[in-house]
Amino acid sequence: MSAVPTGATHKAPSYLADAWRIARKDLLIEFRTRSAFLAATVFAVLAVVIFRFTWDPTAIPAMDLAPGVLWVIFTFSGLLGLNRSFGLELAERAYDGLLASQLSREAIFTGKVIANLVFVMCVQALALPAVALFFDLPVGPSWWIIVGIVLLASLGLSAVGTLFAAIASNTRLAELLLPMMTLPFFVPLVIPAAQATAVVLRGQPIADGMAWLKVLLAFDLVFVSACIVVFPFTIEE
Amino acid sequence: MQSPHETGATGVASASASGPALTAEALVRAFGGRRAVNGVSLTLHEGACLALFGPNGAGKTTLLRLLGGLLKPTTGTTRLHGQPLPGDAETRRLVGLISHHAMLYPALSVRENVRFAAECQGVIAADDATTRVLTQLRVLDRADTAVRFLSRGLQQRVSIARALVHGPQLVLLDEPYTGLDETGALALTDALGALKANGATLVLVTHNLSEGLALATHSAIMQSGRFVDEQPVSPSGFDVPGYQAKYRALVHEGLA
Repeated sequence: MSAVPTGATHKAPSYLADAWRIARKDLLIEFRTRSAFLAATVFAVLAVVIFRFTWDPTAIPAMDLAPGVLWVIFTFSGLLGLNRSFGLELAERAYDGLLASQLSREAIFTGKVIANLVFVMCVQALALPAVALFFDLPVGPSWWIIVGIVLLASLGLSAVGTLFAAIASNTRLAELLLPMMTLPFFVPLVIPAAQATAVVLRGQPIADGMAWLKVLLAFDLVFVSACIVVFPFTIEE
Repeated sequence: MQSPHETGATGVASASASGPALTAEALVRAFGGRRAVNGVSLTLHEGACLALFGPNGAGKTTLLRLLGGLLKPTTGTTRLHGQPLPGDAETRRLVGLISHHAMLYPALSVRENVRFAAECQGVIAADDATTRVLTQLRVLDRADTAVRFLSRGLQQRVSIARALVHGPQLVLLDEPYTGLDETGALALTDALGALKANGATLVLVTHNLSEGLALATHSAIMQSGRFVDEQPVSPSGFDVPGYQAKYRALVHEGLA
């Protein structure tokens, strides 16, 4: 009798289905524990409150300050979730089970990025209204454009952050290393995101911010692709 | 092909009419200047079980990780049914790994953990396979309990279920009996015996010679990254006390 199982009992890996499986598992764990989400939300709300009470409206108009506040909060609250992304895999070495399975390394990475993207977007869904409320920003149809900018920037942030979280997770100083490694890479992401947000908040036509949106799109295309290619090399022991 | 002795490697070879299931050729894995595994070769056929003994730091766990494709060898190759490891998805799917780490997600339930492992291995009827293996390991009554609420022994049983749910053909076991009570140990022995009877190849690392030899068709003693003794284990009439004395002489008294 052959020991090799027939194909009838198993199906071949499917990149997107496998990635979604990883993402769904990570999100379910976060939903059950809520540890990173609570920490990120508390941080975001505290940061908004602190920025609000140190802001002098007579010196700087809200429209000039709010985009910067928004993106500082998004960046640092996102880091809290990224740190946990691989921490939950390494606690009981569940990661070995993933690597020994038929899942491709690329699908594992994509799944982690999707989970981190959803996490970051959920935190931002709370932080964005908080910033609008505390800085008395006009809420109108242009907010959908801001949601688009947030989505574009969050995708790049999640991809780069997930890659560096994977690298940092095998070190003893993961929580210190992750911000040190990622923040320089976030600069070309945060600047165009903040600039494009400022254009929208000032009520200028979106065409004025198109150059910044193109930078965001280019960042996403280059870094998401590069991170998917590089990830398998970061986990080789 | 050179024999293990011609390459300077130490090795185990099982015999069978069919081709080898697992082959490792002159495996070396160095960490910095230290060779954790130093020229190990082995050939195991379907249904063979290698019990691997040795003191702490002998390189047993590193060898298991090399055989499972989780570590890249510095030199040497590992093949499963002729395909290099870690290899493609189909080859990786044939491997089951049981470690002294639970390899589970504490926030998920027993069923969710095992079903997730089944889905990751492409098992089509993942729910049925999950129920079957939980029944086999006698943890079905705890299927909906979160893993973090289980005792260490029960977690180990779930971990074993996770590793066996997809019907692996190469099972690598690192101290699988650690933390198991009598029921758990019996369930594990039954499950491994059934796998072996179905043609799976087992590599079992343990410090308990009696447990290891109960399932083994071959045994090896590892020290300083090399096999210092290897021999077939006869299903009847194997001299366990004599083997224990030999192990003590080789390992504890440094006569290797």
